[in-house]
Amino acid sequence: MTTIPYKSYLEPQGKYTGLLDWLTSTDHKRIGLMYMYAIGIFFIIGVLLGLLMRIELFKPGETIMGPQTYNGIFTVHGVIMIFMVVIPGLSAVFGNLFMPIQIGAKDVAFPKLNLLSWYIFMAGAILAVLSQFTGNGPPDTGWTFYAPYSTQTGTNVLMAVTAAFVLGFSSILTGLNFIVTIHRMRAPGMTWFKMPLFPWALYSTAWIQLLATPIVGITLLMLIAERVFKIGFFDPALGGDPILFQHLFWIYSHPAVYVMILPAMGVITEIIPTFCQRRIFGYKAIALSSIAIAGVGYLVWGHHMYTSGMSFTARWIFSFLTFIVAVPSAIKVFNWVATMYKGSIALKTPFLYALAFIFLFMIGGLTGLSLGSLATDVYVHDTAYVVAHFHYIIFGGMGFAFFAALHYWFPKMYGKMYNQKIADIAWLILFFGFNMLYFPQFVLGLQGLPRRYYDYMPQFETGEVLSTIGGFVLFIGIIMMITNLIIAARNGPQAPDNPWGGKTLEWTIPSPPPMENFDTPPVVSKEPYDYE
Amino acid sequence: MSDVAIKHDEHRDDLGAKLGMWLFIFTELLLFGGLFLVYAVYRDIYAEDFHLGALQLNVTLGTLNTVVLLISSMTVAMSITAIQRGNKKLSMQLVLLTVLLACVFLVNKYFEWGAKFEHDLYPGSDLVLQFKRGSIIFFGLYFFMTGLHMFHVVIGMVVLMVMWFKLKNTTINKDDNVLLENGGLYWHLVDLIWIFLFPLLYLVT
Repeated sequence: MTTIPYKSYLEPQGKYTGLLDWLTSTDHKRIGLMYMYAIGIFFIIGVLLGLLMRIELFKPGETIMGPQTYNGIFTVHGVIMIFMVVIPGLSAVFGNLFMPIQIGAKDVAFPKLNLLSWYIFMAGAILAVLSQFTGNGPPDTGWTFYAPYSTQTGTNVLMAVTAAFVLGFSSILTGLNFIVTIHRMRAPGMTWFKMPLFPWALYSTAWIQLLATPIVGITLLMLIAERVFKIGFFDPALGGDPILFQHLFWIYSHPAVYVMILPAMGVITEIIPTFCQRRIFGYKAIALSSIAIAGVGYLVWGHHMYTSGMSFTARWIFSFLTFIVAVPSAIKVFNWVATMYKGSIALKTPFLYALAFIFLFMIGGLTGLSLGSLATDVYVHDTAYVVAHFHYIIFGGMGFAFFAALHYWFPKMYGKMYNQKIADIAWLILFFGFNMLYFPQFVLGLQGLPRRYYDYMPQFETGEVLSTIGGFVLFIGIIMMITNLIIAARNGPQAPDNPWGGKTLEWTIPSPPPMENFDTPPVVSKEPYDYE
Repeated sequence: MSDVAIKHDEHRDDLGAKLGMWLFIFTELLLFGGLFLVYAVYRDIYAEDFHLGALQLNVTLGTLNTVVLLISSMTVAMSITAIQRGNKKLSMQLVLLTVLLACVFLVNKYFEWGAKFEHDLYPGSDLVLQFKRGSIIFFGLYFFMTGLHMFHVVIGMVVLMVMWFKLKNTTINKDDNVLLENGGLYWHLVDLIWIFLFPLLYLVT
């Protein structure tokens, strides 16, 4: 038996030094960090584009840009945020960083494939960014690429669609890797129901990635074929049907929403027992509700298309299924709250983010139900109400969960502790700014403000101004949070191995972890949240 | 437990590798599944045009190609058995034979497509654009589906050639041949998709 002295994964490992040491590393933690740095940069770009839109909407009429530029910016904002930030976000970053450790493995099942996924992701991301600056201007179709406009507009749709296809491929490979890892590499004694709930969430997510992404892949290929070879899948003049595009697109893109939110729920499920020092309430219900969401979520895509032209039967069935999918989400929320009951709660930064998540996710979820019912949807379809709902789920849900995960696992990732007071203040600013930015848009939407317009009627001005100010407050919060973490990663005080008193396996190893995580493979005999 | 306690030992899990390959094959089937869905929708709408379109296709060449692919699936399966029995030379020959059969498929396809182009039967041609909408879609689907399949044939050939080199330098050997099995699985997938395409496009007249 050979043993090697402890050396953290952040230190240079072998053949190469510096950047090359990282770019050739197949270590799951390093790949996770590389995803995080890339996604962080894309996120900032997306945020800045969002701010530009908010500035444009500060006053009625043309403020800083014309309609064509605005169309380009909301498309780019959508493509970057959806395909490059929120879909890969939690599973590629924290899934890679902590899922193998949590199940007691040394790495994922296919480490080389994992690195390849990162390179494919970067290739797709570079294509997506390039599509904004080459050809005849940035794509102006919205991130949904709806046909027939996307097959006809002269802007650079082709490259953006190719980018989305490539990014999807990366997503499939990550999902495949995670499924095999969870099936084959759990530590001795870790049965399915002794596995922590974050891997459970990632397992469900991975199945969605695997089952849904090929559909958008082929759809985007058909779109490319239509543009390049005039094969009229979606153009009525060539025998096609544009509604078919919407169906195929949402068959993927609705499940994709669960790719975003399921790992977020997994993160929250890890954080709440730790900071309440209490066993999770309803372990099996939470684990299986992830599977249920993944299953039912696959069948609700039609609720994006109530006004597109579908039979009434199809519409009420989709509406019914949409209501069904809310049930497992609610199960999770009730279980989180029940876990807190009689717990010894420590109001630390990760827990604050988790609380914000529950609050914002509930608003997002419930407004989602009012959009899922036929009558109200027809009224608020394509208004700012949808924008507000979507951002409450995606930013308030997935985004805040990402920040929660970041603050929760930061000491483990870098072995350093951040300034918790500044982190708390940043959280407060973020939370306040977020609600100020998006809540007015619910009201504006109900009053009839359509989305995706660079201009608006004067009666909407109060709400738009509030929203823009909120956007800047949010931006200050983000900058403050990131600066605090960067300072901590460089010069923060040493963090202990288990700063929060967590019980899952990642807290049993040194911070930052050594290259292959465990000196001796752990043998699991207890359930993951064994507090009492 | 001493074998797992050694650090930096090579992780090997044949069952896991095969599970990964099966999952990947599943995603490929779903990719084509999207196309089959589109095919089903349009065939339902334009049943008669699809019937007339299918009459234009060369069933003889299609049948020949089906036979060629089926045989190639057999040869790749035989190569796996060969290496499992330790016969490296035979295994390499069989892989090479599979690649040759794939070439035969592509040559046939070249003549088939070539004839279509000669008769102006390709998407976006002046002739096709005068057809009824269902026929335009049929020829669009025909070229897109067989084209995407052809692309997979080419990838499969590259995979098989990699297998050949790995057999040559004994990376794949009697005891460690899961790579060849996975390569073979991919080739079976290429075959399987054609088995679906052939009746859908050529035979349902």
